[in-house]
Amino acid sequence: MLLIRGGEVFDADSGVLKRTDILVGDDGLIAVIGPDLEAGPGMEIFEADGLAVVPGLIDMHVHLREPGFVNKEDIRSGLEAAAAGGFTAVMAMPNTSPVCDNGAIVRYMYDKASGVDGARLMVCGSISKGLQGKELALMGEMVEAGAVAVSDDGRTVMNAELMRLALQYAGRFDLPVITHCLDEELAGGGAMHLGPVSLRLGLRGIPGSAEDIIVVRDILLAEEIGARLHIAHVSTLRSAELVRQAARRGCRVTAEVTPHHLTLTDEAVEGYDTSTKVSPPLRSEADRVAMIKALNDGTVGVIATDHAPHTVEEKAVEYDLAPFGLIGLETALPVLLTLVHSGTVSLECLLTAMSAGPAAALGVTGGRLATGLPADITVIDLNEEHTIDPASFRSMARNTPFAGWKVKGRAAATIVGGKVVFRR
Amino acid sequence: MVWKRKDLLGLRDLSAVEIEHILDTAARLKGIFDRPVRKVPALRSKAVFTLFYEASTRTRSSFDAAAKMLSADTYAISPSTSSVTKGEGLVDTVLNLEAIGADAIIIRHSCAGASEMAAGTVKCSVLNAGDGMHEHPTQGLLDMFTIREKKGSLQGLKVVIVGDILHSRVAKSNIWGLCKCGAEVVLCGPPTLLPPEMAAMGATVEYDLDRALEGADVVNVLRLQLERQAKGLFPSIGEYSCLYGLDADRLRRAKPDALLMHPGPMNRGVEIRGDVADGERSVILEQVRNGVAVRMALLYLLLGGAEVAVD
Repeated sequence: MLLIRGGEVFDADSGVLKRTDILVGDDGLIAVIGPDLEAGPGMEIFEADGLAVVPGLIDMHVHLREPGFVNKEDIRSGLEAAAAGGFTAVMAMPNTSPVCDNGAIVRYMYDKASGVDGARLMVCGSISKGLQGKELALMGEMVEAGAVAVSDDGRTVMNAELMRLALQYAGRFDLPVITHCLDEELAGGGAMHLGPVSLRLGLRGIPGSAEDIIVVRDILLAEEIGARLHIAHVSTLRSAELVRQAARRGCRVTAEVTPHHLTLTDEAVEGYDTSTKVSPPLRSEADRVAMIKALNDGTVGVIATDHAPHTVEEKAVEYDLAPFGLIGLETALPVLLTLVHSGTVSLECLLTAMSAGPAAALGVTGGRLATGLPADITVIDLNEEHTIDPASFRSMARNTPFAGWKVKGRAAATIVGGKVVFRR
Repeated sequence: MVWKRKDLLGLRDLSAVEIEHILDTAARLKGIFDRPVRKVPALRSKAVFTLFYEASTRTRSSFDAAAKMLSADTYAISPSTSSVTKGEGLVDTVLNLEAIGADAIIIRHSCAGASEMAAGTVKCSVLNAGDGMHEHPTQGLLDMFTIREKKGSLQGLKVVIVGDILHSRVAKSNIWGLCKCGAEVVLCGPPTLLPPEMAAMGATVEYDLDRALEGADVVNVLRLQLERQAKGLFPSIGEYSCLYGLDADRLRRAKPDALLMHPGPMNRGVEIRGDVADGERSVILEQVRNGVAVRMALLYLLLGGAEVAVD
């Protein structure tokens, strides 16, 4: 049994922090929540005085690179990094090698995750075989093996007919379809957001419309057939507005935004730091402000990191030649808490978008602390000042644009199924 | 002024005072051309490497000539015959050139930011000889030098730059440099090659060439890369030539003493008519000559050359 004592516990229903205790049973479920619980013999005590005790954070968009790219990251290092960042569960995207497009790969990934002291793994299968955008992947088989969603993330299903079929077929399993929105012709080999900054830096630009066009296409498809759609990493003002309008019409659409699109703009590309090269690209200040608004008004109910590890060598090249992607598991919470400390986003909104939001989008357990639920709990020191230092990461990768940021607050401990898998 | 910079990466970074200092230095060093022996010992024993990942006639030979006139030793590295073909990256390449003894590395590369990356890697000087669509600062400086030499000053001049502004590193260096030194820059080209956001750099955007040319002091015509047509950026070479090609009639809209410039290589009959290119207003070959003077000045300043007596 584990007793978490004296913490400020987040109540998802009222949205406030309240000082109380949590007792976790040996079955890994929450046994009791209440003030001044008695410590019994043989109980492990976690003193949480002055710390926030919140529903386990869920990151529904990470790349763990295994199988196939274990020089960048593997399932073990990824799940440990997630736990160090305060996440109790993450969903791994299918752009591995081989692609996660069948039940055997799904099972292989869960097998690799078992025995790792880290976050729980959830597997996202692909929409199309081999991410080729031509034929549907084996969704039934993948669901059977435990996949919780499908996505061709990293690539856009450019064939609208195949996307329509995917939405229809996935409906049979009530499987969320996650769309990565970037029209490949419009993106045109660009390396950053198209605008005054790309013109100044001489880098080819990706217009906002490259995202908006696919967002509206997939909303229309999902709406037409009443399917469930989740839009990955929304980054533009217009896409946010399209999601807002769709939700208002009653369309079953959810959306996520990344910490970097909430805190950085294309100005960060100045100096050609390749850790700022990411897809979708860092957008304009107007887009960034629109993403904050969309988070605050509930249009975008999920924050996901799109943790995308690459080796130092792969990123130490000319900007045009560097791969897209940056890591976020160990920086998300401190970086996002800067928005809370500045009064831009409420703590309630942040915690909801990092737990209840993704749980609802995926239809999995999580997002609240209550008797009988799995004890997936994140303990946060909201006020610990520190400087982000990539050398301290559990992730194998170092490609972060947040190195050197002076931040306040981070995970103090991460508890998965009643077990403390990370403690600072 | 005392020169402090290690590298020359772009004109956006430089102040008007620094630019004027480079141009003044170039003006002094240009005198070496008129000497019976066109060589001074200012950079004796300095090693200057040119590392060109893209084709070049003018820029590379001009840097080479400039370095030799200052008595530096020059080495030309071509990726097609070097370890780059074995997959050696830019970082390792410049580190090796520095280990060999480079005092300056002059880089041309198809990727924007390549010279900035190299400059952050090595302690020796790095000169940007063109990086992707970003900047080509020595071309910008030699254009400004040519204008200043002919007009006395850059202040208040109307400079029209015509052509594929979007993809042109020459245009961008010209815009930064000219605006800093008080000139009025007007950009002209089809909207697909001239996004309106270019105005954020301080220039005026005008899509009608005849209107753009009214009262111009300088007309700088850019090379049109013909392969842009295949990508759909304009319908045909013929239509481009009709709308944005410079001919004698059009040039009459500029001031009678307007200068005609082109960074080369020219597509005669496309962006510029041959008779205009060879006409009395053309300073195209003087630009090339001035390029050597400007590059001498830069090598001299960056490598801290010994005093050159020029009378």
